[in-house]
Amino acid sequence: MEPFVNVTGVVLPLERANVDTDQICPAQFLKRIERTGFGQFLFHSWRFLPDGSPNPDFVLNHPVYRQATVLVARRNFGSGSSREHAVWALQDYGIRAVIAPSYAEIFHKNAFENGLCPVLLPEEQVETLLDRAKERPGYQLTVDLEQCLVTDNLGLKLPFVMHTDPETHAFRRHCLLNGLDEIGLTLQQEDKIAAFEQRRAKQGYLLPA
Amino acid sequence: MPPKTMLEKIWEPHVVYREVGKPDLLYVDLHLVHEVTSPQAFDGLRMNGRKVRRPDLTVATVDHNVPTSDRSKPIEDEISARQIEAMNQNAREFGLTYYDIFSQGQGIVHIIGPQMGYTQPGMVIVCGDSHTSTHGAFGAIAMAIGTTQVEHVLATQCVVMPKPRTMEIRVVGDLPQGVAAKDLILGIIGQIGVDGATGYAVEYTGEAVRRLSMEGRMTVCNMSIEGGARIGMVAPDEKTFQYMQGRRFVPQGEAWEKVVERWRGLPTEPGASYDKLVEIDARRLEPHVTWGTNPGQVAPVTGRVPDPASFASAADRESGERALHYMGLEPGTPVQQIALDRVFIGSCTNGRLEDLRAAAAVAKGKRVDPKVYAMVVPGSWEVKQQAEQEGLDRIFKDAGFDWREAGCSMCLGMNPDVLQPGERCASTSNRNFEGRQGKGGRTHLVSPAMAAAAAIAGHFVDIREWK
Ligand code: SF4
Repeated sequence: MEPFVNVTGVVLPLERANVDTDQICPAQFLKRIERTGFGQFLFHSWRFLPDGSPNPDFVLNHPVYRQATVLVARRNFGSGSSREHAVWALQDYGIRAVIAPSYAEIFHKNAFENGLCPVLLPEEQVETLLDRAKERPGYQLTVDLEQCLVTDNLGLKLPFVMHTDPETHAFRRHCLLNGLDEIGLTLQQEDKIAAFEQRRAKQGYLLPA
Repeated sequence: MPPKTMLEKIWEPHVVYREVGKPDLLYVDLHLVHEVTSPQAFDGLRMNGRKVRRPDLTVATVDHNVPTSDRSKPIEDEISARQIEAMNQNAREFGLTYYDIFSQGQGIVHIIGPQMGYTQPGMVIVCGDSHTSTHGAFGAIAMAIGTTQVEHVLATQCVVMPKPRTMEIRVVGDLPQGVAAKDLILGIIGQIGVDGATGYAVEYTGEAVRRLSMEGRMTVCNMSIEGGARIGMVAPDEKTFQYMQGRRFVPQGEAWEKVVERWRGLPTEPGASYDKLVEIDARRLEPHVTWGTNPGQVAPVTGRVPDPASFASAADRESGERALHYMGLEPGTPVQQIALDRVFIGSCTNGRLEDLRAAAAVAKGKRVDPKVYAMVVPGSWEVKQQAEQEGLDRIFKDAGFDWREAGCSMCLGMNPDVLQPGERCASTSNRNFEGRQGKGGRTHLVSPAMAAAAAIAGHFVDIREWK
């Protein structure tokens, strides 16, 4: 996994709550068997009109947001399905960090596992960021995971966590900063898994055939 | 020792490794795999030269994008065909138990698990699909994982997970006549909101839950994720054991007696405490219909489309207005005046035999409204066969319903079964998100009986008054 240390870039303000994974990457585009190439489908039904032309009213289609790397949205971002394609679509488009007051659980975990930084900030602060981004198209933010700070060049300085549980935050921060692959970490516990399986087998624990 | 919750009792013995400050490493008893969320995971294994650690605990099928039309014809959509071929290939290469498109075991993963007896109480079950919580109806910890975790489980047979907090959703009183399990869970989500249970493992308790059939419990657990919970569970009881006994992968004879004995010890002990309690009064529930674009935007069938201006928070007003605009609805419209173009009966929420029976009972001897195209998609090949043995297919066909092959179908519109822009559909599935059933399509979630009645009337009707 690519490490995530920090990012500075244009903010894409998405003034919506409960943005679900069917919006982030609609089901009809889940048929690819690769991890790449999903950026073209990001927010597809909002981004394109029924005739396939770009919807001029959707924020992503304003030229200033083409280079966006930080997405700011309202609460419960990523609700719905477990499709990791949602995270891949965001990343493939160029988004490196998301800022929201809360995340749906599976999306949250998928973000961690792909090196997409899920910043949690209180609702009022997210609203401030959305306001600033609206007032100043091209507004930039820095998300710094080493210091756990979100800053802009107007003097804003917001400490953040990625998870409300401090232990999870610390663990995930460590993994993200170092690009640690969870599978590799777990395989280091191979002896414990094998011991567990032996214990289970002795107990005659019933498992499917 | 303090009394324990069921979650605790299942979780603890599955902990392979625990370190302070880190999530637990948890052993997985059953890993269900389907074609959409797995190809990248198998690729990852191949790239790293890894094997599937326990092919014997891994069960795969194809469900999400299989066509529900004639199976003897080649799959028209090239990319679908490629994804299904990838599943065939991966199952072969890694030696998995696999129910392919021509197999009698094929069906929606969450239907075939319980149907064949793979799903058992006390297990930890995972699948790369958000409705994995369905299996919790048997008293198992069943949860959704993403593709990276699918790869992780394939390689290690473990998941890395912090132990969730627990929430008891206690349903007091009995469900009134005509109010289905689907209405119960829609009512619950309407009350707690679409993120009301985020971070929690939910256990549904109370008389009304005990009275539900196993199918009903599965419907309730299935939609836990629509309230934000990754895990939803119901304690196993005699009804659970009765349902399971004799199924293909359930132990038989003496082993059965022994295992049931162990399962009896799973339910939460009296006095055990949950982190949060939510109470729902079943007696006040009615048949429900969603009016918006998330499952929490729901109204009783006797109600009206609400006016978002009356909502308390700015965010709710904003999403309410957006939803009504998308759905093409005016505030104040009586729910029963909403006319439909399509009806979909099926999915892992309501595609089991009992659901089809409920719908058929309503449809018997009637005709689908000429303006409506209605389809019935059994959740699995076996459900389809059983339904046909009972003659349910005849009832549906005589009434003008389209009777299809098993799969997810229009629940998510990955195969050719999709809504056209602007089409309005009564659906027994679990998500009414924008575009879920096809770009621009408008979905109203309902129970199977409500869906069948709507197909016949051409608009929503109160099933309690159906004759
Ligand atoms: S029926 Fe629908 S919700 Fe269930 S597994 Fe299939 S696509 Fe997912």
